[in-house]
Amino acid sequence: MGMTISEKILAAHAGQEQVVPGEIINAKLDLVLANDVTGPVAIQEFAKLGVDKVFDPEKIALVADHFTPNKDIASAEQCKILRDFAKAQGIKFFWDTGTVGIEHCLLPEQGVVLPGDLIIGADSHTCTYGALGAFSTGVGSTDCAAGMATGEAWFRVPESIKFVFNGSQFQPWVSGKDLILYIIGKIGVDGARYKAMEFTGDGIRSLSMDNRLTMCNMAIEAGAKTGIIEPDEITLKYVQARAKKEYKVYKSDADASYENIYEFNSAEIPLQIAFPHLPENTKSVDEASGIKIDQIVIGSCTNGRLEDLEVVAEILKGKKVHPEVRCLIFPGTQQIYLEALRRGWIEVMIEAGAAVSTPTCGPCLGGHMGILAKGERALSTTNRNFVGRMGHPQSEVYLCNPAVAAASALKGEIVHPREVVKNG
Amino acid sequence: MGKAWKFGHDVDTDVIIPARYLNRSEPEHLAAHCMEDADASFAQNVREGDIIVAGKNFGCGSSREHAPLAIKAAKVKAVIAESYGRIFFRNALNIGMPILECPEAVAGIDAGDEVDVDLQSGIISNLTKGTTYQARPFPPFMQELIKVGGLIPYVKEKNKNA
Repeated sequence: MGMTISEKILAAHAGQEQVVPGEIINAKLDLVLANDVTGPVAIQEFAKLGVDKVFDPEKIALVADHFTPNKDIASAEQCKILRDFAKAQGIKFFWDTGTVGIEHCLLPEQGVVLPGDLIIGADSHTCTYGALGAFSTGVGSTDCAAGMATGEAWFRVPESIKFVFNGSQFQPWVSGKDLILYIIGKIGVDGARYKAMEFTGDGIRSLSMDNRLTMCNMAIEAGAKTGIIEPDEITLKYVQARAKKEYKVYKSDADASYENIYEFNSAEIPLQIAFPHLPENTKSVDEASGIKIDQIVIGSCTNGRLEDLEVVAEILKGKKVHPEVRCLIFPGTQQIYLEALRRGWIEVMIEAGAAVSTPTCGPCLGGHMGILAKGERALSTTNRNFVGRMGHPQSEVYLCNPAVAAASALKGEIVHPREVVKNG
Repeated sequence: MGKAWKFGHDVDTDVIIPARYLNRSEPEHLAAHCMEDADASFAQNVREGDIIVAGKNFGCGSSREHAPLAIKAAKVKAVIAESYGRIFFRNALNIGMPILECPEAVAGIDAGDEVDVDLQSGIISNLTKGTTYQARPFPPFMQELIKVGGLIPYVKEKNKNA
């Protein structure tokens, strides 16, 4: 029987010809990732293992992106643990303030995660790299510690679910964010629990890498172990320009078996809004129009990439953010920030009255740089709208794509972009 | 034996331990804010041996190991849920925080019931109502992980034998 792309990558790294869903395997890792929140706990657990050195200092990535630039003394101490460990271990891929970006924007950009890789990361959105045709999944700090020490991890081979998008034409302004929110709305926040979500069809093949990364990023919001897309010419063009090492392309066999197959007509999917307090509470943007907003957040590992900023600049150009709205924009990496600056987009954003920040996870998880007060409401391009996610437990977060966020920033309430853009 | 604290479906790791407290990772700090955004009275009133009972997909969301660490540090004896978010499930096993999957027990336990759990056999007793339930058994590999107390002792043992 054939295998899915996920099964093939897992089998290859376990040194087996074949794996089947449900099987528990031990597999060799190509990369182990941690950040400034999960890393210090992992480093503390690593110390308990009685091992002096990490298995390979070139296969570990440490990214100080969550509470950086250091938001307070306690987080500065946590960051210092990460910095000291990176230095002592000679970690090749360590990024700190000045060069750091949001990890899941940064690692693909830097060519550190590649097709065919097996990756674990102590961050739930590690599933993002499936967009490159890697098998990549989020773990906790202890798994990360064991991975750093041994270069291996145990996996239960997941069942795969296939999501087919038929048709390469989408409604205006619809993006990868809308497709993944639409899926989560259909299957629920545990609809793919423990499973691999494989996205395919000519709709997916027509998407840019930025949009594919957004989709795989939110696979965890359906409970999945990973989201994954077979590499094609678009993937290879993206990775060839940046690969730091060799990579291997895997594709699902025609006779691979799937637990379930969902088919969607691309043209029928409207712009999505996820209402509080779960990403599955989706409605079309028209059903949400008129909801007043206090804060807009544009950025994060979900939507902080160049194409996201491009559409935001296009909508904000020559206009002003509503006087009662705080519009915060977070480019995902320094390279994205610099490119947006060179193209004049940052100027457009500042002239429109938006605040543009150095890359950080900050507000997405209620860390810093844009916390909500009691009763306040945000519309955000981030990935979670849980209770208290962006601040006070009695604040609210609505999720959307960057175009809807930018248009709503101008109006002070949720609107369809056609309301603010001529011919939109 | 302890008191049951009952929660609903999809309890995420952000409400188990909000990110505003993740600038530190000491167990007592995490315990002091455990479940704060789901029930602000929990951390003050939970007693050693109490049990958390919840619906489907408990611990969904963020990979923060601080979540099972907070529950463990609050001296909760076990979590009983219909099902778990996968990273939380892995993290709990890895750090030796007992978790049980048993939809029948979740349906049959009300908040405040006196509940005891035999972690060896997976038998859950509701002493208030006089009912017992059998939790789903873990696959053999995970049983081994639980038996040695989590992933760190497991890897140490494996390295020693290598």
